[in-house]
Amino acid sequence: MTRAIKLWPMPGGIHPPEHKQQSMQLPLGTVPIPPQLFIPLNQHIGAPAKAIVTVGEQVLAGQLIATADGTFSANIHASSSGTVSAIGDYALPHPSGMHGQAIVINTDGSHQWAPLQDCQDYLTLDRLALLEKIRAAGVAGLGGAGFPTAVKLYTKSTQQIDTLVINGAECEPYITADDMLMQVRAEEIIAGTLLLSHILHHPARLIIAVEDNKPKAIAALQLAAKNYTGEKSAQDAAIEVLAIPTLYPSGGARQLVQILTGREIPHGHHSADIGAICVNVATTAAAWRAVRFGEPLISRITTVTGEALKIQRNIEVLLGTPIEYVLTQHGFAADKALRVVMGGSMMGFTLPDLSAPVIKTTNCLLAASKKELPPPPPAQACIRCGICAEACPASLLPQQLFWYAQAEDSQRLQAHNIFDCIECGACSYVCPSKIPLVQYYRAGKGMIRQQTAEKEKADRSRQRFEFRKLRIEKEEAEKEAKRAARKKAAEEAKQQLANRKSGAPTEQQPDMLATALSKASQVQATPAEQRVKLERMLQTARNGLASARAPLVARNPEFPITEVQLVQQQSRIKQMELKLVEAEKRLADFDAQQAGAASASGEDPVAAAMARAKEKMAQPADEKLRTNLELMQSRFAKAQEKAQQATADGSPAADALQKSLEKMQQKIAETEAELAALATSEVIVASVTPVEENAAQQAMAKARAKAATLTGMSDQEKQAEQLRALQSRLQKARERLQDAERENAPNIEALRIAVSKLEEKIAAL
Amino acid sequence: MALLTITSPHTQRALSTGQIMRLVIYATLPGAFALAYFFGPGVFVNLLLASISCLFFEALVVKLRRRSILFYLRDCSALVTAFLLGLSLPPYCPWWIVVSGSFCAIVLAKQLYGGMGLNPFNPAMVAYVMLLVSFPLPMTQWATPDANHVIGISQALDKIFFNQQIDGYSSATLLDVMKQNSSLTLNDLYQKEPQLTSGLLAGAGWEWVNLAFLAGGLFLLYKRIFTWHAPISMLLALCAMAIIFYDNGSSNSGGSPLFHLLSGATMLGAFFIVTDPVTSAVSNKGRIIYGAAIGVLVYIIRVWGKGYPDGVAFAVLFLNLAAPFIDYYTSPRTYGHTKARSALDKEP
Repeated sequence: MTRAIKLWPMPGGIHPPEHKQQSMQLPLGTVPIPPQLFIPLNQHIGAPAKAIVTVGEQVLAGQLIATADGTFSANIHASSSGTVSAIGDYALPHPSGMHGQAIVINTDGSHQWAPLQDCQDYLTLDRLALLEKIRAAGVAGLGGAGFPTAVKLYTKSTQQIDTLVINGAECEPYITADDMLMQVRAEEIIAGTLLLSHILHHPARLIIAVEDNKPKAIAALQLAAKNYTGEKSAQDAAIEVLAIPTLYPSGGARQLVQILTGREIPHGHHSADIGAICVNVATTAAAWRAVRFGEPLISRITTVTGEALKIQRNIEVLLGTPIEYVLTQHGFAADKALRVVMGGSMMGFTLPDLSAPVIKTTNCLLAASKKELPPPPPAQACIRCGICAEACPASLLPQQLFWYAQAEDSQRLQAHNIFDCIECGACSYVCPSKIPLVQYYRAGKGMIRQQTAEKEKADRSRQRFEFRKLRIEKEEAEKEAKRAARKKAAEEAKQQLANRKSGAPTEQQPDMLATALSKASQVQATPAEQRVKLERMLQTARNGLASARAPLVARNPEFPITEVQLVQQQSRIKQMELKLVEAEKRLADFDAQQAGAASASGEDPVAAAMARAKEKMAQPADEKLRTNLELMQSRFAKAQEKAQQATADGSPAADALQKSLEKMQQKIAETEAELAALATSEVIVASVTPVEENAAQQAMAKARAKAATLTGMSDQEKQAEQLRALQSRLQKARERLQDAERENAPNIEALRIAVSKLEEKIAAL
Repeated sequence: MALLTITSPHTQRALSTGQIMRLVIYATLPGAFALAYFFGPGVFVNLLLASISCLFFEALVVKLRRRSILFYLRDCSALVTAFLLGLSLPPYCPWWIVVSGSFCAIVLAKQLYGGMGLNPFNPAMVAYVMLLVSFPLPMTQWATPDANHVIGISQALDKIFFNQQIDGYSSATLLDVMKQNSSLTLNDLYQKEPQLTSGLLAGAGWEWVNLAFLAGGLFLLYKRIFTWHAPISMLLALCAMAIIFYDNGSSNSGGSPLFHLLSGATMLGAFFIVTDPVTSAVSNKGRIIYGAAIGVLVYIIRVWGKGYPDGVAFAVLFLNLAAPFIDYYTSPRTYGHTKARSALDKEP
């Protein structure tokens, strides 16, 4: 297993004194079950679990006493059998010395287990079932972060995991808990690795990474991997037990992934996003026990070390055991110790209160003597030596961050990536001026978080305010719109009145023009395009003619041409010729028109279309009919020709053509009749213009007709006529007003004004 | 039970700022002894005078600032300044030169900017340049490097404190000789000038002084007090300039690379001045640029500069000015980020 496998360098890093031998002298021990267990509900990252037992209830070891509250949480189990004596706030192992909810169990000493669900053929289970087992057992990251393991292993479908890293680096000074575990339970770690591999769809690489200062652990793992006979899936890759160079902080997940794969976890992402999952060795073993034996996480291996203790060793300790109790069991000399640290000397925190219990993340209890960990000397001025920057595993600029943190310049702190600081403490460790750099960064981060929270709050209230303003404005605008609508209706009524009086519906003209305009601009492309189109048509006609003529010329003399064929050929040629003539004519027409338009006005085609529309509108009704008639007649002539051809060819379309011919004839007859009628009586002209589709045109025609009739009347007759019209309009207006009043429509006011105006007018007449 | 609450990390490397400073002082000793061997006891008088006056001025200002005198004197940074100044001044210069130089270094160049770590310019170099500009005559009178004819201690004290002239003790330094080469080729110059002729590598005395400082510098490098980047790039740049403008030893030649590496304040500058962390660039990349620019400037001032034979002090001060600018353009790429923060990125 000592193959030369490429390892990548990690920037920075330090070699602090290890202090690991002292706790590895004795075998793995235990402490007696304490009389009272204090089991906090939050031993992991995420929401605290919810207690499901009541005071006075009897519990068994491994019994679920608090359930995970949501996905980002973990189950909590009774660490030993006994009675729940209290549920309340107790000291937590937390740097702030905060208290939190904990379940207190008065142990009975028998450590009677709740029934556990054994599972031998776990590899036949599917991924979700296995994850559920791990989740149910309350397994959380035992390396120190306490991340719920089931959450970590539940990768998204977009995350293709190709590397599973089992983290046995344990780079922190003093801590040997993982070292001990790897030595005594190597096969559990191997089995756990294969279990995780199964859950993660068999990544291509399975690596157990151990720092090379733990040769015994490496040997034990290699042996266990070689002799492993347990559950194994055929697709699993061979487990690589790799010795990595001892360099703090190689055990950080980000650093370890970089050392093993050369890949960096991008800022703001998880390792799973680059295809790597990093799980601590103890967590791996705990996950396997959870699946294999159904055993919940109620104990862990913890290093108890420091020169203020008589005995320094690793122990398997029940979660919830008070730290004070553990230390007393190891001959703790309180007068020698200046502080007790949970975790190692680099990243651990001093315990403000020793009554706090051991929890899932307690990997080490360090009761160091004053000599061992002396109080820090007063900080001197920074001499910008840059040793900190060389030690930083994240390639940050600790010096600059220090200045900005001192100046409380949160923007520059963020610009210099303060949140990429993993607080490993390497910079503080090497600082010759003994500046507590990490402390400054923590303070800086805290300040930024607080500012962000405050800004969010301010943003929210600003949004609320703006929304309210918007709402009020909208209401105001709606009211305004209603007022405007009423006013407009009133004005329209007034306008209509005025129009009817003058008898010229001038305001309808633009509508019509607009329609013509849009139609023209829709249909009509630029003149150039049009011309191209026409030319294309001409070309098509020419080609058609050529191809119609072709077979006659190219026919093989061996095959005589039948009479029928010849006739058909002839008719086709004729047809093509006609088409050609037509196309030529149209092109010529177009050119002439273009030239005319250009010389006449130089206007664009849209304007021309407008002019045509106007012209058309200005045409008297009879003229229009006449043009229509001419058009129809020419069409009829063409159709007749076609029909004749069809009958001559004997094509099946002949009948249809005949029918359409008849129809056209009828239409022509109708139009002729209309024209005749128009000629005799001008009065009825408006009603007999079926070609006119536009209502506006009809109205116009009507008005014109009316005007014409009026001209033929005497003044008295005119007045009478007007009066009649007004009265009828008044009648109508009143009806509409009534309707509006009934429906409470917004235009009541306008209608009322209209009615009163009409009444006035009638009175005036 | 009351426990001390201290945030992580709970251990610190033993190496402290005071220790670093002391190591630097130890590392100057070979050079100091070499100087004394060739120039006599005046070197030690300079060092002693500078040390006393620097510590005095440091204590005075710290007292005025109502800080703990012992705490600040213990970091030994004033002593380092004193040594660097003492070693760069000509032996047997009047005592008031040393004292006013110390005042300038400690009070003006260091404490008025806020004390250790906050001074933008190297204090010893500020003092040296101030003295060189203000008192050019005593500052350029160097004794002839001759181990066999060093001045006695009583004569030296007379000269330093009572301005008793000593006949014929001083001569032009080799850098002066090289500069005013009287249109001679290098070969002729070497034959004409006994100081050059008697030298093994680059001229009598100075070559050994420089080698001694080089030894001290290598010791500090071995002790990892600084990284190789700045000093090595400075020496390489100086060497490169000397090669480019060697001109086959003609009368236009600026001197051989070896001559430049082992003359004047080259090694003292490379390993004790350029490596001053406070006033240099921070990142390794930045330090390479910083060192190289100093190397080029040293050559330019030595060969084409008017009036001043050596250019280390001026070059260092120039680049002290540029160090923040260099830092600005040489930010490292943070873990997990695709590119380094560009200096052109808008400051928030």
